[in-house]
Amino acid sequence: MGTFTMPSLGADMEAGILVEWLKQPGEELSHGDIIAVVETDKGAIEVEVFEDGRLDRLLVEPGTKVPVGTPLAEIAGSGTQAQASPPPEPHVPADAPVETAPPAPPVSARPEAEPVSSIAPIFGAGERISPAARKLAYDKELDLNALQGTGPDGAIILADVQKAAGLAAGGANRTRPRNLAPMRRAIAAAMSRSKREIPHYYLCHSFDVSAAREWLDAFNGGKPPAERLVFSALTLKAVALAVSEFPEFNGFYGQNGFSASRSIHVGIAIALRGGGLAAPAIHNTDRLSLPELMLAMNDLVSRTRAGGFRSSEISDPTVTVSSLGERGVEALLPIIYPPQVAIIGFGSVVQRAWATGGAVQVRPVMCATLAADHRASDGHRGALLLRRIEELLSHPEGL
Amino acid sequence: MNREAMRAVIAEEISAIAPEADLSAIGEAEDLREALDLDSMDIFNLVVAVSKRLQFDIPDADAGHLVTLGGGAEYLERKLREAGEG
Repeated sequence: MGTFTMPSLGADMEAGILVEWLKQPGEELSHGDIIAVVETDKGAIEVEVFEDGRLDRLLVEPGTKVPVGTPLAEIAGSGTQAQASPPPEPHVPADAPVETAPPAPPVSARPEAEPVSSIAPIFGAGERISPAARKLAYDKELDLNALQGTGPDGAIILADVQKAAGLAAGGANRTRPRNLAPMRRAIAAAMSRSKREIPHYYLCHSFDVSAAREWLDAFNGGKPPAERLVFSALTLKAVALAVSEFPEFNGFYGQNGFSASRSIHVGIAIALRGGGLAAPAIHNTDRLSLPELMLAMNDLVSRTRAGGFRSSEISDPTVTVSSLGERGVEALLPIIYPPQVAIIGFGSVVQRAWATGGAVQVRPVMCATLAADHRASDGHRGALLLRRIEELLSHPEGL
Repeated sequence: MNREAMRAVIAEEISAIAPEADLSAIGEAEDLREALDLDSMDIFNLVVAVSKRLQFDIPDADAGHLVTLGGGAEYLERKLREAGEG
């Protein structure tokens, strides 16, 4: 018998709301199945299970907010603790004030009428409510218990929430702002912890990227639009290959010090429209071909902006990349996401007068920066890492 | 299809990529990346979507035309007319 618990989806997370069960008791589960949706400060996250077995019993009703580690369900036929996703380190609570409460007592698989948890659930348990309505209500911080449903069997539908929120029904609310406060709190907690605990050192290295640019233009030249690559696919792959040779930058710093990760899951910092950011991972970045990486990036960016990333993607990046893109500035000095130990920044590519072969030429130049944890590595190795990234980008055919 | 129709195609595909974008306030020559905070992945997706919808492969070298509504509409109208004549 295994227990499926509320996963830690980031170092700053202390509690989450079980929004929806996507599997029911009796259903067979296999590794990687998405079993539930959990709402965190980062948004709604699809939670995967990393065990094979059969879902036996649900312990927490939808709508309940519970602390990380709370048993959510029992899984038969799996001998070990079924963690939603293996957290990189024992959960270290951040200092940020987050509501915590004792674990919710077990409830039957068929929800009773009343929530039995001592915590006031944000959404009434067992209510019928459409996902879109639930999301809007969460964004608007509306109490669903106070709403009158007009859908089938009194279900609360989007129009009901729109009406309560004072929004016009239909497509007129396209530009409605997201509620940014929870995400700002999540960013504040993670970054404050990083600045408080991690002794950062910073390195920067500017280099000529004409080889990578020319290779990319040639690669894209004859391709139909959907098969083309963007420049950041190259830089991402270069980072993944480079850290495979410098393991002290790829892994987690926990209570027992640094432990390198054998897998390379590069997190990409994704700016969300209207504000905020998330940095979910692309799994096994080093093993993907550039076209595979491009597909994975595009999929991850789209899902992240739509608020649909998965638990493993948000909880297990082993190193992060932050790229400013073409409309940024020359360089950024990023902050490490704990418990990771390094983050690599790429500034915008800029045209610069560049000395090459004894002459000055105009070249596309990019500044790569490294912020790394001095408890896990030193500047000398950091410099070698950045030079290795330059070398890999200078021979893009090998990426 | 005329230029207005081309403009509408681009506008619709941008709305699909960035649902919160308010296109009514965007000028014809305004850089969409600046005005709507679109990144290179968004522009990539815009080119893919417009190409698919019009069944016309926009060459990589021409993709830059689509960063303004006016430039994109003018480019697509011209290219599709040429294709029709050819």
